[in-house]
Amino acid sequence: MSEMTTVAPGTAGTTKTVEFDSHAINFGPQHPAAHGVLHLILEMDGEVVERADPHIGLLHRGTEKLIEHKTYIQANPYFDRLDYVSPLAQEHAFVLATERLLSLVAPERAQWIRTLFDEITRVLNHLLNVTTYALDVGAITPSLWGFEEREKLMEFYEAASGARLHANYYRPGGVSRDLPAGLADRIGEWAEGFPKFVDELEELLSGNRIWKQRTVDIGVMSAEQALAWGFSGPCLRASGVPWDLRRAQPYAMYDRVRFNVPVGRNGDCYDRYLVRVAEMRESVAIIRQCLAAMRPGPVKVLDSKFTPPTRGEMKRSMEALIHHFKLFTEGFHVPAGATYTAVESPKGEFAVYLVADGTNRPYRCKIRPTGFSHLQAVDVMARRHMLADAVAIIGSIDIVFGEVDR
Amino acid sequence: MADAADTPPLAERVAGLPGVLGVMVEHGEVVARARADAVLPVMQTLRDGAGFAFEQLMDLCGVDWPDRESRFDVVYNLLSVSLNQRLRVIVATDEQTPVPSVSTIWPCATWWERETWDLFGIVFAGQPDLRRILTDYGFEGHPLRKDFPLTGYVEVRYDEERKQVVYEPVRLTQDFRNFDFLSPWEAVTSLPGDEKAYTARTAARREAKP
Repeated sequence: MSEMTTVAPGTAGTTKTVEFDSHAINFGPQHPAAHGVLHLILEMDGEVVERADPHIGLLHRGTEKLIEHKTYIQANPYFDRLDYVSPLAQEHAFVLATERLLSLVAPERAQWIRTLFDEITRVLNHLLNVTTYALDVGAITPSLWGFEEREKLMEFYEAASGARLHANYYRPGGVSRDLPAGLADRIGEWAEGFPKFVDELEELLSGNRIWKQRTVDIGVMSAEQALAWGFSGPCLRASGVPWDLRRAQPYAMYDRVRFNVPVGRNGDCYDRYLVRVAEMRESVAIIRQCLAAMRPGPVKVLDSKFTPPTRGEMKRSMEALIHHFKLFTEGFHVPAGATYTAVESPKGEFAVYLVADGTNRPYRCKIRPTGFSHLQAVDVMARRHMLADAVAIIGSIDIVFGEVDR
Repeated sequence: MADAADTPPLAERVAGLPGVLGVMVEHGEVVARARADAVLPVMQTLRDGAGFAFEQLMDLCGVDWPDRESRFDVVYNLLSVSLNQRLRVIVATDEQTPVPSVSTIWPCATWWERETWDLFGIVFAGQPDLRRILTDYGFEGHPLRKDFPLTGYVEVRYDEERKQVVYEPVRLTQDFRNFDFLSPWEAVTSLPGDEKAYTARTAARREAKP
């Protein structure tokens, strides 16, 4: 209970004590707009949020501890399960970190495949975010349409890796296998038609009066605030900071493709949406360039200490059989050292701080989740907003709890 | 990363800061070790100083080295968006000695420090909100310490008779398998009297690596 003294109008001199109730609301952990298991404790003043205290950790699975007990190859699938809507981008961070410690460089074709699938992942992620964000705010149609497109992309995942979601496709030294015949053409066909879908999506939302009323000027973060709160990716760019790791610190083949970095101006929920939509268009452009530039060639390093032999070799060569056995039981030993390797995941900077001690298991593998910093800033963004705006803010920062809680 | 030609490289400039114990470049990444009591002035300079401009604290985490006297490393990964450079600052501490909180310099440090406290038990002085963040309410211990078992100590289940969630000591139906992968062919690095062969072999391997 808080007390407030106000002077009633027209009764100068007489004061009146008004008591009003400030109360806390538990938003989640089982709420469809909480994007998973977010437990948000909102201290309300009427319908206005005074303070937001996110309680996280309900999906904490101890991934970092588990990785310390696994070999480097066994640790890779855990990265699919962090942010389960952008799995390959995270695998990329771990694989790059391992490769950096091993001084390995993946062959050119593998790097093109990684760039291609990173961008497919980006579209996959943004489709889910934009459409469920619209669903939170009350628009159902985008999610129905968007999930159809996601299904097509997950078929590409399945064709390349064998799994729709948890791909485990990138490996230290390359990718697990080459693209199957005809997949590049199918991706190319999809890339032809997809911009039209983005147009349709924008037709539904970008000019929509209700959508704009719910998102424009909601949860504004200035550029300084966004930097101080550790924002990255689309959330940072929406605040007007032209920063993209693919451009600033390129990895894989990002220095060989041309793309624009969309930047917002106001840093509100609407700009974060616009940046993501624009990024989907850029991703399609990158996908087309990857398909055009890819040449046949090896997709793994030709070092049998890191690359498993083919089935055929294993049937004939004793040495290949031993290599296979050693690789999948003991794995490879990584020289002692540490690296902080970051990639531009669809949500922002996803990084792995990997400490190796010379054995076959990571000594410490700190995962830098993207949504962690964004979620922390909900308190700043939602303060003095209406309760319904908190929903829009949570939708706009694109959090997935597999990643935040690890 | 980009350095203007006339200014000395980042590593040299960081090495000149008071409180910095040493700087090295590892895999192209600049790593600085700093004294725990100098964290605040060093970080303030790194954020505001010309030529540093590390506007963002991207990551803060702990690393446990139980054999060392001060067993923990606190690792700060900084990013400068304006100068496109990264820096890693490492500070050593133990279970008792608090590390000054940098949440006054970068507000996002609060959750990272809460996480590091939760998982390692590293205390951050001046951090007003040092609650646990990732583990359960009422959790005991610091799970990412090396002496904390992977399985933990308690497991949780819903008790149908007592109609409540209960915590019980962990019972494993199968022993936890911790394989010793340090194979006798590669890991026993030198046999007595055979040191010369070992050094020749490792030197050859080091050269073979690109």
